[in-house]
Amino acid sequence: MLAVILRRLLQSILVMLAVALVSFGLFRYIGDPIHNMVGQEATLAEREQLREHLGLNDAVPVQFARFVGNALRGEFGISYRMARPVADVIRERLPATLELALISGSAALLAGIALGVYTALRRDGWLSHAIMSASLIGVSLPTFLIGILLIYVFAVELKVLPAFGRSETVQLGWWNTGLLTASGLKSLILPAITLGLYQLTLIMRLVRAEMLEVLRTDYIKFARARGLSDRSIHFRHALKNTLLPVITIAGLQIGSIIAFAIITETVFQWPGVGLLFITAVQFVDIPVMAAYLVLIALIFVVINLIVDLLYFAVDPRLRVRRTGRGT
Amino acid sequence: MNTQPHNRATPAVPPDEPVHTPSLLARMLDSDLWHSFVRSPVTVVSAVVALLYVLAALCAPLISPQNPFDPATLDLMEAFTPPLQANAFSGRTFWLGTDAQGRDIFSAILYGSRVSLLVGVAAVSFAALLGIGLGLMSGYLGGWVDALIMRIADIQLSFPAILIALLIFGVFKGIVPPELQDRVALYVLIVAIGLSDWVQYARTVRSSTMAEKNKEYVQAARVIGVPAPLILLRHILPNVMGPVLVIATIGLALAIILESTLSFLGVGVPPTQPSLGTLIRVGQDFLFSGEWWIVLFPGLALLILALSVNLLGDWLRDALNPKLR
Amino acid sequence: MAPPPLSPNDAPLLRVRGLRIEFPTRRGTLVAIDDVSFDVARGEVLGMVGESGAGKSLTGAAIIGLLEPPGRIAGGEILLHGRPIHALPPAEMRRIRGRHISMVFQDPLTSLNPLLTVGDQIVETILTHKPIGEQAARRRAVELLEEVGIPAPDQRIDHYPHQFSGGMRQRVVIALALCADPELIIADEPTTALDVSVQAQIIALLRRLCREHHTAVILVTHDMGVIAETADRVAVMYAGRIAEIGPVREVVKQPQHPYTRGLMGSIPVLGAGSRRLVQIDGAMPRLTAIPSGCAFHPRCGEAFARCREERPELLAAGHARAACWLYAGDNAAERAR
Repeated sequence: MLAVILRRLLQSILVMLAVALVSFGLFRYIGDPIHNMVGQEATLAEREQLREHLGLNDAVPVQFARFVGNALRGEFGISYRMARPVADVIRERLPATLELALISGSAALLAGIALGVYTALRRDGWLSHAIMSASLIGVSLPTFLIGILLIYVFAVELKVLPAFGRSETVQLGWWNTGLLTASGLKSLILPAITLGLYQLTLIMRLVRAEMLEVLRTDYIKFARARGLSDRSIHFRHALKNTLLPVITIAGLQIGSIIAFAIITETVFQWPGVGLLFITAVQFVDIPVMAAYLVLIALIFVVINLIVDLLYFAVDPRLRVRRTGRGT
Repeated sequence: MNTQPHNRATPAVPPDEPVHTPSLLARMLDSDLWHSFVRSPVTVVSAVVALLYVLAALCAPLISPQNPFDPATLDLMEAFTPPLQANAFSGRTFWLGTDAQGRDIFSAILYGSRVSLLVGVAAVSFAALLGIGLGLMSGYLGGWVDALIMRIADIQLSFPAILIALLIFGVFKGIVPPELQDRVALYVLIVAIGLSDWVQYARTVRSSTMAEKNKEYVQAARVIGVPAPLILLRHILPNVMGPVLVIATIGLALAIILESTLSFLGVGVPPTQPSLGTLIRVGQDFLFSGEWWIVLFPGLALLILALSVNLLGDWLRDALNPKLR
Repeated sequence: MAPPPLSPNDAPLLRVRGLRIEFPTRRGTLVAIDDVSFDVARGEVLGMVGESGAGKSLTGAAIIGLLEPPGRIAGGEILLHGRPIHALPPAEMRRIRGRHISMVFQDPLTSLNPLLTVGDQIVETILTHKPIGEQAARRRAVELLEEVGIPAPDQRIDHYPHQFSGGMRQRVVIALALCADPELIIADEPTTALDVSVQAQIIALLRRLCREHHTAVILVTHDMGVIAETADRVAVMYAGRIAEIGPVREVVKQPQHPYTRGLMGSIPVLGAGSRRLVQIDGAMPRLTAIPSGCAFHPRCGEAFARCREERPELLAAGHARAACWLYAGDNAAERAR
């Protein structure tokens, strides 16, 4: 088991290096970093000095090694647009995105599993059909449209929830939270629904399909033939086997929520890293783009590792060495 | 019935079997696919809607009341006319109202759908061609080619398509000089969306290629010296068309949504060629002042388009995979 | 072991009468099982043979009430101790499953839940049917595992299914089927998925346990050899109907129905010299195209006019009964030809 985890860890490091390479390529070759840092009025000598100072004249592998070294310390240079260290800007913005993603992700996961199990067990009921139809609409509704519709109904027409921003936040160390004030919680509702709805429908459809698959297996038939109660068959035998493959995909879904937050944050002007990234793309603020890329990759890799560990916890076939074989 | 003597001598062919094969159309009409299509009213409706949509978008210049992006046809006095109400100055009515520049929303939607569909179809074709090609190569050649392609696929698959597309767009903005950007933006968009979506095709094609390439008939073709590309085209490709069609249909809905999202974020098509997403981006500001129709109707149009394509894809997947009834 | 008390009305353990199973499809209703009747006595092993698609497994699924939709029982009745069970509400049918009728499936690799230990699965089944505590159930589970021949059962009970070999898993499956001391076990091809070397052990185990527990068995298989060794009586199925039913010894030694004769002819017999194995020409009809009259007549070497027109009932034939016009009294003349 330890060997498998070590191999996974190694793979993760390789993925991170690949992403860092892309990120470094962006930084080094898109536009001229010097041009972006100093103004038009800098002399040629000044530019050359800065170039030397930044190490841009070194061999490329040396530069890449330095880039990785800096990235490990969380340093990604200075934002072209804001003229501030990228790390500082991201640190300010990250809590907003993480709070939004965590809340909406866990809500989507719980509701998605519940609805998926329900629609699989009552597959011919009218409510299941209604939920499935609604889910197809959910998949076809672009996230930004959901956000706009929610704003129109709840903020413009009913005027019960704020249309944009985080409202009041509380500073806890460097973490700036909106979860401790009533207005902060209220302004979280619409963005969280917007962000979670799509993931919810995906998870629900996935759980339903897996559950139907499991309900057709021999061991479920055998469990029925032994007269076990429906309750035990559905929730003890079928659900566990259903959730096994769901863990992987749900993990990836939850990870992608961070990236999908770009859209939601734009619609609601939510001051998170997604909004930061989209502005960076528009203004070709390469250091911010590079840093965001590495950050997202890191989050994905961590989630993947957690998923692997969860697998070990749930599936005995991975956990236990094969013993006592023979007839 | 044909009763030639040599026919009687070969009982392997049952004499009462009709000799001719039915026409393609007849076979289509008798296929399970067609039956399940006619059986599902939702599918028929969405097929009709999708078809109407394509027709309307193709014929937009013919059927739309005005050319919404020709400044000469716009009258600022007609701005913000609500749907189905006569404008106070010109007395004209607009089915779906007008926007801030007096542009007819209905016409704007027709022209916008054109862009959305064009980008969607082009991006899906690009993704499918790229994915099928790489999948065939990966599955047939195996070895390090396979390992490399699949590693890239793995890494890319763990990032959402929107992020990949945004990144490609960011790179494009950094490389292409500003004066050229508007002209090539559409192609960049197509490539960005296509590049973000090839993995699924490649994986599907790869696995069936690997399953198929060791079958005897393929081996036999190889032994008699049929060149590898021909084997791939003649024998392996037809086997993967079903799943590829399903992926492409669902992919089309995804591509349309992705395009509108990118345009909404302001990194998609140039403002001179607005798609549905651009219309929604522009209209969003007027939501707070009560001009709901400017954003709502394009949004509805987008939803109907994506939904009908999704419904078709859903049906296709179920029809081609009876196990998942 | 004392014989089980006779039920007051003295009905057989299981009685199937005129069973008909239909599958509604797009191209019309398929009749998969038609007019199937037989009895199973207490402690008896009834073999059920036939080619795949003959309806053996469906009959088993119908008896235990696990017919998969859209298949449905369209006619006839199934009686357990004289009480009809084919139309019971699901909750009542569930109380019969496991406790009165249990089942062993074909593939031991897929019959066990991979995420629960075998002990968990056995204990749960015992607790569902017996009013005993968890500790007692666990002790009973160890006994059961020991009984089905699993070494070191007190350790193996905490192992997961993937830690057992195929044959050992089928032993666990049998233990699970026996948990609540059912009166009838439906064994659906219990050895088909196993190594040949293990097959005989599993069959012997099943036979021994059922004798000890006085459990009746419906042994569904396409292997006439297994039936000949194991069963007391045998029902031969063809195209959804019973072709011949009778004591196994008689049917094997003197098959009456031409189809059964064909089946017997296809089994190699040790010491029978260089007798040629006979093969039945053609294939069993599909359910969409069952011939008129006797479904076997197109493949039958002895068919005559009546076979094409009228469907034969089960008629007394030797020591067995066969659905064949050869045994109708008024056909004696035609037979003589």
